[in-house]
Amino acid sequence: MPYDKRFDGRKFEEVREMEGKVGIIPRADGSAMFRTGKTIAIAAVYGPRKVLPAFMQNPKGGVLKCVYDLLSFSVTERKRPGPSRRSTEISKVTADSLAPVLDLTKFSYLGVDVYVYITQADAGTRAAGINAAAMALADAGMPMKDLITSIAVGKVSDKIVVDLDKDEEDHEDGATDLPMAMSTRTGEITLLQMDGNMTQKEIKEAVEMGMKACIEIKKVQVEALKAKYTEAGK
Amino acid sequence: MKKYIEAVLLNGERIDGRKFEEFRKPVEVSYDVSNKAEGSARVKIGKTEVIAGVKMDVGTPYPDSADRGNLMMGAERLPVSSPEFLPGPPNAETIELARIVDRGIRESGMIDLKKLCIREGELVWNIIVDIYTINDDGNLIDASALAAVAALKNAVLPELVNDRVQWGKFTKTKVPLNFEAINATVYKIGKELVIDANRDEEAAADARLSVSVSETGSVHAMQKGGRIGMSIDEIDKAIGMAIEAVKPLREVLK
Repeated sequence: MPYDKRFDGRKFEEVREMEGKVGIIPRADGSAMFRTGKTIAIAAVYGPRKVLPAFMQNPKGGVLKCVYDLLSFSVTERKRPGPSRRSTEISKVTADSLAPVLDLTKFSYLGVDVYVYITQADAGTRAAGINAAAMALADAGMPMKDLITSIAVGKVSDKIVVDLDKDEEDHEDGATDLPMAMSTRTGEITLLQMDGNMTQKEIKEAVEMGMKACIEIKKVQVEALKAKYTEAGK
Repeated sequence: MKKYIEAVLLNGERIDGRKFEEFRKPVEVSYDVSNKAEGSARVKIGKTEVIAGVKMDVGTPYPDSADRGNLMMGAERLPVSSPEFLPGPPNAETIELARIVDRGIRESGMIDLKKLCIREGELVWNIIVDIYTINDDGNLIDASALAAVAALKNAVLPELVNDRVQWGKFTKTKVPLNFEAINATVYKIGKELVIDANRDEEAAADARLSVSVSETGSVHAMQKGGRIGMSIDEIDKAIGMAIEAVKPLREVLK
């Protein structure tokens, strides 16, 4: 069956309705919420602060650590609390995707901790988490060359689409998921994963659609950051 | 800070201007944090914020409660909520938090667990409540307990077909509750007792007593914490303060 019309009526290159908010956790050094459709991520940043365990300290600069996890009730079938192999891997690729724009060279022996939790999941959770994390890092005043912006693109049945939701991921003809992240200022792609089945040509088309979507998403991130500080200035 | 807080208390005042038996304002409860949960709620007491969610499942009952559903309570003090909380398996404080909330709800008989029996000795509903702290500005215990109760109040049963839960499909049947058990924690700072310590007061506290109160004003669960003792008079006074202090929280849940 050709996928002629998206389940929720979006255009194939259209992202879901998005929302960003910065400064949601007063106790944290930086914090943010990012929502795309029904997927909601929260992120908090602590640091620069002492690194534990001590052997991870680096005289050449600060150490970035990320934790990503799903809350137990963010998914239909309860997720057992605590890290899984999936969440451990996503934690790692989240840190890898954010590191290229962060300049932690001044933070010798110190660490920056980024915590990302998904409170409601409807596919695209790692992308939402990275978007929230980048906003939280900026809110914490970290030296950054750019924000990082993330999106999942892919293929549902026969169509290349942007920002798949869970219904699309579960399409009966199969779906390919290609999460990516980038610095829209430099064009550098800092996260790229894929599982499914696509040709080289399709991948290029999908990533280019994702790059366009990232420019839109970055506006949401920047507006949310501006909103906090214009609010504070009043 | 402790000396300052104690001096202010001796003067009959609190550092944030509240009365001794008063919760911070506003106390806010909102629902439907996650559309994947059978029930969920967000509670803010001042700047302290906690979310809780209910997931339901079916299973075989324990032999000593063959005609009753089961309640399970978990808590995670998320590292987002304080620089003092770190990722990893729950420590003693986190487990104590979950168990205080658990007993307050379980022992009060707030949930009608007999109505959650599907076939005696064979199949019953399991209620799993998970509590996550979002921002720690003191007194996570009362915020967690209120969030758990609010999430249960918000919870419905999922669809059940041939004894299997249909994930993502909800019925309109509410989790059967008799009333709401509400927790109030009294903190002992020096010689004074106060309700709902903020973060600075909590750090200065020598002891605390958590009291779970039902609608009739009966007490169903208590927990003393902290490494300083309390006299019988202090305990009596603290229970009285807790019974009074939960009244406005009951209104917030309505």
